[in-house]
Amino acid sequence: MTDLTLRLEGICKSFGSLSVLKDVDLDVNKGETKVLMGPSGTGKSTLLRCINLLDPPDTGRIWLDGREITAKGINVDEVRSSIGMVFQDFNLFTHLTALDNVRIGLVRVKGVDKKTATDMAMEELRRVDLAEKAASYPAQLSGGQQQRVSIARALALKPRLILFDEPTSALDPELTGEVLKVMSRLAEDGMTMVIASHEIDFARSAADEIVFMADGRIVEKGPPDVMFTSPQQVRTRDFFRRIGERH
Amino acid sequence: MTSFFEYAIEIAPVLLRGASMTLQIVALAIVLGIALGVLVGLARVYAGRTAYAFCTVYVEAIRGTPLLVQLFLLYFGLPSVGIYISSFWAAVIGMGINSGAYQSEYFRGAIQSIRSGQMLAARSIGMNRRQAIQSIIVPQMLRRALPSWSNELMYMIKYSSLAYMIQTPELMAAAKEMSAQTFRTFETFLLAGLIYLVIVAIVSRALMSLENRIKIPGL
Ligand SMILES: Nc1ncnc2c1ncn2[C@@H]1O[C@H](COP(=O)(O)OP(=O)(O)OP(=O)(O)O)[C@@H](O)[C@H]1O
Ligand SMILES: [Mg+2]
Repeated sequence: MTDLTLRLEGICKSFGSLSVLKDVDLDVNKGETKVLMGPSGTGKSTLLRCINLLDPPDTGRIWLDGREITAKGINVDEVRSSIGMVFQDFNLFTHLTALDNVRIGLVRVKGVDKKTATDMAMEELRRVDLAEKAASYPAQLSGGQQQRVSIARALALKPRLILFDEPTSALDPELTGEVLKVMSRLAEDGMTMVIASHEIDFARSAADEIVFMADGRIVEKGPPDVMFTSPQQVRTRDFFRRIGERH
Repeated sequence: MTSFFEYAIEIAPVLLRGASMTLQIVALAIVLGIALGVLVGLARVYAGRTAYAFCTVYVEAIRGTPLLVQLFLLYFGLPSVGIYISSFWAAVIGMGINSGAYQSEYFRGAIQSIRSGQMLAARSIGMNRRQAIQSIIVPQMLRRALPSWSNELMYMIKYSSLAYMIQTPELMAAAKEMSAQTFRTFETFLLAGLIYLVIVAIVSRALMSLENRIKIPGL
């Protein structure tokens, strides 16, 4: 129990009459990297947005570090500040420099004084190899650089957990490497991460567990070598064969 | 009869005093208009249904009626219900309320053009709605609204001449008075027009440099 960072129990979510998540259970231990895979429209993004309560589940319960965050009376803003989120299309604040993008959460949300926040933000930019771009605006950065800044923005708040929603899908193929490298390094450093991604090679090397979802349910999960070579379920096998062919 | 040039110098003090009044009215009205415009623009996007309905009625009522009618209501109409305001303040308040309705539409449009991911990202780092609006939405909104907002200011400088109809001693009123005294109508209004032109030119230059200054690099 001590090192259980995230626990999902019976998560259900519908949009109108469309039932998107159907009774999803998932445990993530501290330091673990879980990669969510599955066909488009399966509910991976929805699940991630349930976890940080951007789009709270209809039913089901979520615990973060042993505290139930779906309980009544929970301060959702505070919960979100302890869960990082990295989006497919980066969503950097367009009117702020890279440094300010990373710093603003520290100053506005955590109330850190400006000087300390600047040092902390620079530290995070160094971690994603972008210290020299601190003064650049998002529009002056490549997609890969923008995504690394957004990882630094998530890291700056010292989150318990970081969620990634297809962090490399919007990038040109030659730019995915630099982002995946940073993510692999985070995995090695013991960051707890839940990642929706179709990057097989990255998942093979960085994931502790592959979680295969289809139609709003977790169909099967297991270590990458097992999941990619000998999955139990037909749907899993078909899916990995198909994305294997595309590679 | 003196030459046009001599005449211009002769009536310049009167016209410039009027112009100074024009500038005061415009400055105060535009500030009132920004305050109203930002509040109403934000309310129509983010506030609840009641506030939305209330703001919509305000915007539509103002945009659907002539500015002159609004000014007359304030200056000639209110006294009949026991409220008296000076012609100066009637002009400021009338033009401010009028401009606020138009400005709110520029601000609302600007907010709606901001990608939804900006709000999402702000919430994801733990900002509450108010913080996200203040730190992320408003700065981007102001930048995006600036070009249409600049037009609004230009219009206001010119439409402020309507204030002469409620007896505010601004530039237009000064010109009217001078022409009545001297009967040199054409030259007097030509001069008034030139003064408006100079004001508009200076303000538009200033706004252009402001636009450049707050431009986001790379965008
Ligand atoms: N806000 C919403 N309103 C209505 N329907 C939604 C909303 N968000 C998602 N959906 C629907 O929920 C289903 C799951 O969407 P979701 O984005 O979670 O899938 P996904 O697994 O992330 O897919 P992809 O691989 O394409 O990103 C889809 O059918 C989608 O159209
Ligand atoms: Mg998705």
